[in-house]
Amino acid sequence: MPPADRSRNPIRALGAAALAGFRYAGGMSLLLCQTLRWTTLGLFSRRARFSGRALAEQVVRVGLRSVSIVVVVQLFIGVILALQMTPPLEPWGQVDKVANIIGVAGFRMLGPIITAIVLSGFAGASIAAELGTMVVAEEIEALEATALDPVRFLVVPRVLATFGVTILLAALADLMIALGGYLTSILIGAVPVGYWRRMQEQLEYRDFVTGLIQAGVFGLLISVIACYEGLRVRGGAEGVGRATTMTVVYSIVAIIAAACVFTMIFYVYEL
Amino acid sequence: MGQAADIETAAGEPPPEDAPVIRVTDLVKRFDGRAVLDGVNLAVRPGETMVVMGGSGCGKSTLLRHLIGSMWPDEGRVELFGRDLASLSDEQLDALRKRFGILFQSGALFNSMTVGQNVALPLTEHTDLDADTIDIIVRIKLELVGLREAMDLMPAEISGGMKKRAGLARAIALDPEILFYDEPSAGLDPVTSAEIDQLIMDLSGKLGVTSVVVTHEMDSAFRIADRMAMLDKGRMLKIAPREAFETIRIGPATGDHTTDLIRQFLRGDPEGPITARRLSGDYAEDILGAAGDWK
Repeated sequence: MPPADRSRNPIRALGAAALAGFRYAGGMSLLLCQTLRWTTLGLFSRRARFSGRALAEQVVRVGLRSVSIVVVVQLFIGVILALQMTPPLEPWGQVDKVANIIGVAGFRMLGPIITAIVLSGFAGASIAAELGTMVVAEEIEALEATALDPVRFLVVPRVLATFGVTILLAALADLMIALGGYLTSILIGAVPVGYWRRMQEQLEYRDFVTGLIQAGVFGLLISVIACYEGLRVRGGAEGVGRATTMTVVYSIVAIIAAACVFTMIFYVYEL
Repeated sequence: MGQAADIETAAGEPPPEDAPVIRVTDLVKRFDGRAVLDGVNLAVRPGETMVVMGGSGCGKSTLLRHLIGSMWPDEGRVELFGRDLASLSDEQLDALRKRFGILFQSGALFNSMTVGQNVALPLTEHTDLDADTIDIIVRIKLELVGLREAMDLMPAEISGGMKKRAGLARAIALDPEILFYDEPSAGLDPVTSAEIDQLIMDLSGKLGVTSVVVTHEMDSAFRIADRMAMLDKGRMLKIAPREAFETIRIGPATGDHTTDLIRQFLRGDPEGPITARRLSGDYAEDILGAAGDWK
């Protein structure tokens, strides 16, 4: 049967897309489970230990290299928030509430989510490209043939590193947004004094913690998507390119969807 | 048909006292409904070098992937050391994997590690040896393939031939009983290719390793083989000692389709049954059948 027939039948196309979707979600969940299994085993069994050196390498690559970008981007976010929020607050005589708003928006959501989006392009794409290239170069097959599990050997250090680094960078991001807002508020004379005090009054411990919990989940999503896309590369350099693109696209969608779910949960439970 | 009869004898059961270390029985593998391997039988005896040859896309790489447990048969079985690979748990399969080594087409070195670290990896991961002992073993293995001076170089810094030799050193790190070679001379100049062949023969001679070599380089195949197997369109045409293939190669055309097909392949003739098959086929049907797909 000519292939054209298959793609033109809408029910078949829908079915195929649904199947592909389930397969993707299933494959990702399986990879996540294997990663958790190897991580747990690695903590307790010497035979399954993961190399500290590999973990350190990944932390440097995912974390240190992203610090400057996160700092710059989040400073901008702070500036934007301050400039956007000041005019609408002015008629109500509430300009000094800019500090409160920046605190809530930054710590609860923008810090973690913007950091995660930056990392999906920075770390996610590079992890997918690296693993994809290893697939093409038969390195993954060579690992398996040496009786070394690629999940334990390659995925675990990348996922752990991205998870930890996203949390740390999100904390840094919170501070940078606050700082950007502070500098702008001073410059435009919105909150000449008491910016930090207002922010402290507004913010509760849970604002900070819920933000970082989300950051951790975003980090998991980015790294598992990147590893999954990288490891399933087929067909040479073209496949690697596709994997990198899809990693960024799926990561951003997953991050925003997860943020939406988190926000609903926090709203319902008043967190 | 002569072809069916040949396949019957092709299974070439070795005598019982010489129990095969690798036995493939009626192996069938399909991709998208198309049979890439179609009832393949193969038995490799301990210590021998078996060369599997065939044109591009004949299924020889797929066969190799079944032998190393990275693909699974749709039908039939693959046994290594008398154990059906499909019946093994992950742990058992990993235990078995430590008993064989593979030289991949590209060498498949881990690019983030030095040559020495590549060779050391199976040792650090699978043995309890201390660092000094591992260092000595790595040097010995690299010396065996003539690469001791490249120990601290990164894979990106060495040539294709050196990468293959380094890959070989890594494959023999755990002193395997079987070595698989995927196109060992592909992409190498004639001298380097001959050097790799010499290494393969040395390893099989000195260490008594059983070797399975997948290749379409005939000079190399005839240099190293004890026995040879000819794969064509997913079917095993003939398994026989090297001398039998030598006779076909230098002999005249016989009129028997299978033999002439093998002869054309061995000689690399531009005309013969392989080319005739490509030219006739269902050309007209293909063309007309395809019309309309592009609308």
